[in-house]
Amino acid sequence: MRYDALIIGAGLSGLAAGIRLAMFDKKVLIVEKHVEIGGLNSFYTRKHRTFDVGLHAMTNYTPKGTRSSPLGKLLKQLRFRHEEFRLCQQVMSEIRFPEKALRFTNDFGFLEQEVAEQFPREADGFQKLVAHIRAFDELNLDDTEKISSRKILEHYLSDPLLIDMLYCPTMYYGNAREGDMDFYQFVIMFKSIFMEGFAKPVGGMPYILNLMLDKYQTLGGEIRMGCGVQSIASKDGELQAVHLADGATVQADKVISSAGYVETMRLCDSCGEDEKPDRVGQISFMESLFVLDREPKELGFDKSIIFFSTRPQFHYRVPDTLIDVTSGVFCCPNNFEYPEPLAEGMLRLTNMASFKMWDGLVRKDYRAAKKEQGRRAVEALLAFFPDFRDHVIYEDAFTPKTIHKYTGHLNGAVYGSPEKAKDGLTPVKNLFICGTDQGFLGIIGATLSGISMANRHVLQAEPNLENGRS
Amino acid sequence: MTRDQVRQAVLDIIIDIAPDEDFSAIKDEENLRDQFDLDSMDFLDIVMELRKRFNLEVPEKDYPELISMASSVEYLFPRLKDWKLAS
Ligand SMILES: Cc1cc2nc3c(=O)[nH]c(=O)nc-3n(C[C@H](O)[C@H](O)[C@H](O)COP(=O)(O)OP(=O)(O)OC[C@H]3O[C@@H](n4cnc5c(N)ncnc54)[C@H](O)[C@@H]3O)c2cc1C
Repeated sequence: MRYDALIIGAGLSGLAAGIRLAMFDKKVLIVEKHVEIGGLNSFYTRKHRTFDVGLHAMTNYTPKGTRSSPLGKLLKQLRFRHEEFRLCQQVMSEIRFPEKALRFTNDFGFLEQEVAEQFPREADGFQKLVAHIRAFDELNLDDTEKISSRKILEHYLSDPLLIDMLYCPTMYYGNAREGDMDFYQFVIMFKSIFMEGFAKPVGGMPYILNLMLDKYQTLGGEIRMGCGVQSIASKDGELQAVHLADGATVQADKVISSAGYVETMRLCDSCGEDEKPDRVGQISFMESLFVLDREPKELGFDKSIIFFSTRPQFHYRVPDTLIDVTSGVFCCPNNFEYPEPLAEGMLRLTNMASFKMWDGLVRKDYRAAKKEQGRRAVEALLAFFPDFRDHVIYEDAFTPKTIHKYTGHLNGAVYGSPEKAKDGLTPVKNLFICGTDQGFLGIIGATLSGISMANRHVLQAEPNLENGRS
Repeated sequence: MTRDQVRQAVLDIIIDIAPDEDFSAIKDEENLRDQFDLDSMDFLDIVMELRKRFNLEVPEKDYPELISMASSVEYLFPRLKDWKLAS
């Protein structure tokens, strides 16, 4: 069987790439290893409850009619109406550190005001930083210059507390690097969180994913679930064939992989590139989910999302313990402007976690550790937040090990490799990378990544683009 | 196709690629990019749709011809006039 394109992975980037290609009558096949679609942003069912895996909020919220924003572009390119995403905006979010809190909404002016009030001496520097961010073209795929965001933040701001408070949400929601963050990535996250904003779709991720899958299939796209790509055969840097886990061989003119850069290279039998250890992602999280017997706001939780650090200094790095309870993200899914309240109250807590530590536990210890770490994480919160433990009617947790198991990302690295392949090229001609390791991540980012890679490497492919990395 | 049908065909395409837009007040002589904030991704779509619907290749050097509705009709009419619309 011969396809114009084969796509590895039915996560957001793979589905988006698939829609673009099927829309223009390309013969496309998506191959997904797992039995569910969604990848890092999937869902699972326990005790009749469906839980989103990767959704606190969709970043990049812009209202209908904003055409040039990432969300506006995505909707146009996939031909969805704004209403079809059924997005409900956040109420208000917060960055909470021991001595200061900054609140923000989907109106950027609110945060500017907060910074001016909380950090009067930084107000001017903050405005200059914002001007720099506004003028920066973070979506340029051909700009490969590496700039440290820390240097730039330190240039404009002198209070390390404000710098750490800005890093807490931007790093938690999209940084694959420990300690520092590439400036373009910081700009992407800053715009998507603060200048655009948060929203959640009615029906959660299953709704959005099915909307995309339906469109893909209606356009004639094919999909194979529960059957991964086993290997990619190439000869002298030329793509030959793709072998699937069930023994089938598929021929395709182009292959776009969302499995990750190193992960994809490992599928190639002779790709002519030695693996660079620093390309392997490390950053992963543990997430604890608490179903409550009432709405979070009845217990004093009135924000949509809270990014917190219990210490004045925020460290974004893989802990040398199972999890780092000193910072995290606390999400109240109920606190979004839904037309109807959600059926149950819920809280979600995310902490940085070490894949290596979790992976080292035997099964029995692993289960006990999940409980124990969840308990520690909640205790660390009590310094800041009301105690909700008596109102928990069900709880569950997932760890870096879970993420690795269901998405194949090495180390369960949620944001993939710190080195991104922005142009999507690999050493193998006609094999391209999309999604997390191309450099746009998060729900909207990954979707845009799939779109831009499908456009660039298949729809408008010009001979000089197809030559791979030289 | 008549000139009017070519115009309608272009309009149908841009309505499809930007479903959230209201094109009822479109000004034919004015730049499409400025009127509706169409970007290079959208122009790629217009070209792809022309290929899909009318089997017509617009080479990259001709993209500037699609700058407004009027110039698009001017450019496309000679190329589409023999195209028979399915009724
Ligand atoms: C806990 C958590 C919370 C998050 N919260 C948010 C949030 O609130 N907001 C937000 O915007 N983003 C969030 N994200 C990030 C977001 O989910 C991801 O950035 C995005 O989903 C990445 O999509 P992708 O297509 O690049 O990769 P993936 O979703 O990982 O897709 C890759 C797919 O490829 C498949 N695959 C791998 N190897 C093979 C193979 N050999 N053969 C076939 N298939 C294969 C995998 O199974 C997977 O389905 C969160 C992620 C996690 C894990």
